[in-house]
Amino acid sequence: MDLEYGPEYQDFTKEVQDFCKKYKGISFTGGSNTPLASSGGSGGPEMSRSEWQKILIENGYFARSVPKEYGGYGGEVDILKNRIIASEFSKSKTPGPMGGQGIDMLVPTLLEMGTEEQKQTYIKPTLHGEMIWCQGYSEPNAGSDLASLQTKGELIGDEWVINGQKIWTSTAQYSQMCFCLVRTEPDAPKHAGISYLLIPMDTPGIEIRPLVDMTLNAGFNEVFFTDVKIPATNIVGKRGEGWAVANATLGHERGSLAPPDATMNRVNMLMHLMEKETLDGKPLIEHPIYRDRLMQIQGKVLAQQSHALRLLSAKLNPGADVKIGKMIQKLIGTELRHELEGLAIDVMGEIGTLYEDSPHLRNDGTWQFIYMYFLGLIIGGGTSQIQKNIIAERGLGMPKEPKVEGA
Amino acid sequence: MYFGLSEEQSFFQDNVKKYLEEHATIDNIKHITSGDEKNLSEEIHQGLLNLGINGLLIPEEFGGLGLDLLFAAVVSEALGGGVGPTPFIAPYVMAPIAIMHAGTKSQQENYLSKIATNEFRFGVGFSEFIGKRNDAGITFSDNALNGRAMFVLDVNDATHLLLADEKGQIFVVDAKSSNLEIVQLTTVDKTRQYSEVICTNLEVELLENSSDSIEPIKQAIDAGRIMLAADSLGASQTMIDKAVDYAKERKQFGRAIGSFQAVKHMCAEMAADLEPCYALVWHAAHCHDHSPDEARLMACHTKAHVSEMSKGIAKKATEVHGGMGFTDLLGLHYWFKRIGLNRQILGSPELVREEAYKTQV
Repeated sequence: MDLEYGPEYQDFTKEVQDFCKKYKGISFTGGSNTPLASSGGSGGPEMSRSEWQKILIENGYFARSVPKEYGGYGGEVDILKNRIIASEFSKSKTPGPMGGQGIDMLVPTLLEMGTEEQKQTYIKPTLHGEMIWCQGYSEPNAGSDLASLQTKGELIGDEWVINGQKIWTSTAQYSQMCFCLVRTEPDAPKHAGISYLLIPMDTPGIEIRPLVDMTLNAGFNEVFFTDVKIPATNIVGKRGEGWAVANATLGHERGSLAPPDATMNRVNMLMHLMEKETLDGKPLIEHPIYRDRLMQIQGKVLAQQSHALRLLSAKLNPGADVKIGKMIQKLIGTELRHELEGLAIDVMGEIGTLYEDSPHLRNDGTWQFIYMYFLGLIIGGGTSQIQKNIIAERGLGMPKEPKVEGA
Repeated sequence: MYFGLSEEQSFFQDNVKKYLEEHATIDNIKHITSGDEKNLSEEIHQGLLNLGINGLLIPEEFGGLGLDLLFAAVVSEALGGGVGPTPFIAPYVMAPIAIMHAGTKSQQENYLSKIATNEFRFGVGFSEFIGKRNDAGITFSDNALNGRAMFVLDVNDATHLLLADEKGQIFVVDAKSSNLEIVQLTTVDKTRQYSEVICTNLEVELLENSSDSIEPIKQAIDAGRIMLAADSLGASQTMIDKAVDYAKERKQFGRAIGSFQAVKHMCAEMAADLEPCYALVWHAAHCHDHSPDEARLMACHTKAHVSEMSKGIAKKATEVHGGMGFTDLLGLHYWFKRIGLNRQILGSPELVREEAYKTQV
């Protein structure tokens, strides 16, 4: 056990700290399109999100290992430096880079499996926040059983012609592009008949209908495709290989939904709130039952933080057995965050139910919002029940459910 | 940066595991817990002494190996995994740490070197410092102890005891003294011994550096809590392994019961609950030696959290076994009971979480 990063990282930490000081209080023109993304602070420099992305890349604080020719920093992969950056940004409340499905999922996919032309065309504007992507995976009849998707793609001449419907498509209304799973080989077995296509969202025949979720945000959309025509070259991997291409990025999404450090920040925020808020003249934290529930959750988050260190170490020191350790991340991370936000509501009681712009709202109503939002994350990206199947079958080697005829 | 066990730690743990697999077989555990093979427990203990479990934490100058608490934690995990019917936490973890922190140089020399050579073996009774039940408790005046320590760990075959009063003063007691009455208690977990100790004008030696500081006893309790968490971690892993194996084998309705989601989801939940406990236990043990600012909070949360996760696992793993899990025949209950006892020793989850809170204000 050695939790020191080593002397070469001390200078780097200092460098990042200086950077964060320089941009303290930075704010963004135009706000933010993604829920939970920081719109910045106040009193510091003002710029667009895209300009901020470029500054982060120039300094090697984002897209660190993406080659320069594709718009990245062009450095070596350095897991510890990435962690230092994340942790110093979080400590100093410096807004991090934009996320989103283009940056988090499409870029790694193209780097691994895209053609040279695709890399040249798409990666740079995506990293710079100038090209927003949405993910066209789920369909009304293909949720947990995603591979049964039916949106159809036919190669006619040198064009794909796409017909069908996608659902749960986050940010479709802001997106320039969609990476989409489409059934192109109707006669092949279900996993082998899918292709991974790149669809410009301004192509005629695409209709976007917002889908309001329980938080009352239109975070999702339904996207309808009617004779949408795109060039035949807009495919990643070969025909029928889309399932494998998509799986490479799904794994990426599952790990990154609920980092324990962010959950611990919320625990600290809740503790602070419980010191200030009173019930019958006594701070909430002095009420033993509420206090014990907070401590229970703090213990769980500490366990997940330690676990994250173990996983980080396993990346640095290959060979460590963390197979199950990785599989549980989505399940335990999203469930715990939901539980924590729910505790905040419980300790506030009636005040905890206030929402939107109500009088007496605490912390901008984020507790209720995130409580509901995380129920969405528990369900999305593979439900908790699907995660348990994966842990049991692939992690513990338990037998699969017998196949149902025709499924 | 490396977060995990060293090769030496894994190797040592494997040796303890292998030894227990060979000697603490389920049949032997049955004999030991039914009381018809009194010597078997001591034989197993002797085998583990041959591996060196008594000297792990004792500094080299006193004849020990001078290792970190993480080393002891991996041993404790192995003992929990194999329901090792042998003293460990009191004599080889809590006592050495208490003596190191509370003893003068000559007290350290006298006691630690003899723990290392196995001449002395300590039982430990600190429960009343953590939480006094009813009229229990020990008072110290005129160089003598009076009163009752209700829950003293590993008294059997001990040459000495460490007892504490409410103020956290730690006393060395001769276990054979006639002013000492030892009442053996029967807990659900018969793989380890718990006793009540009654002192009447018992002459004792005060570990001097505990007279004006509660830090020594706190250090020993922190370490003990991490060991109990490690023990439950090992016990829980064994219960999960057994449940998963059983669910793959056992067939009902023409299929392995593990193919039913109701069953496999219980197994997945157990694995997801337990997996982060490894990192938590290792991290807490590491902080105990290397990160004093976080150490107490980590120790408290580790004890509470692993106790909670293990309690759920003990229940679910038993349920996965169906009726067989409920029988004495299978012996799964030894692990269930081990986890049950660990949960209450040195502070139940609610008490320990309250302490966790107090370290933060």
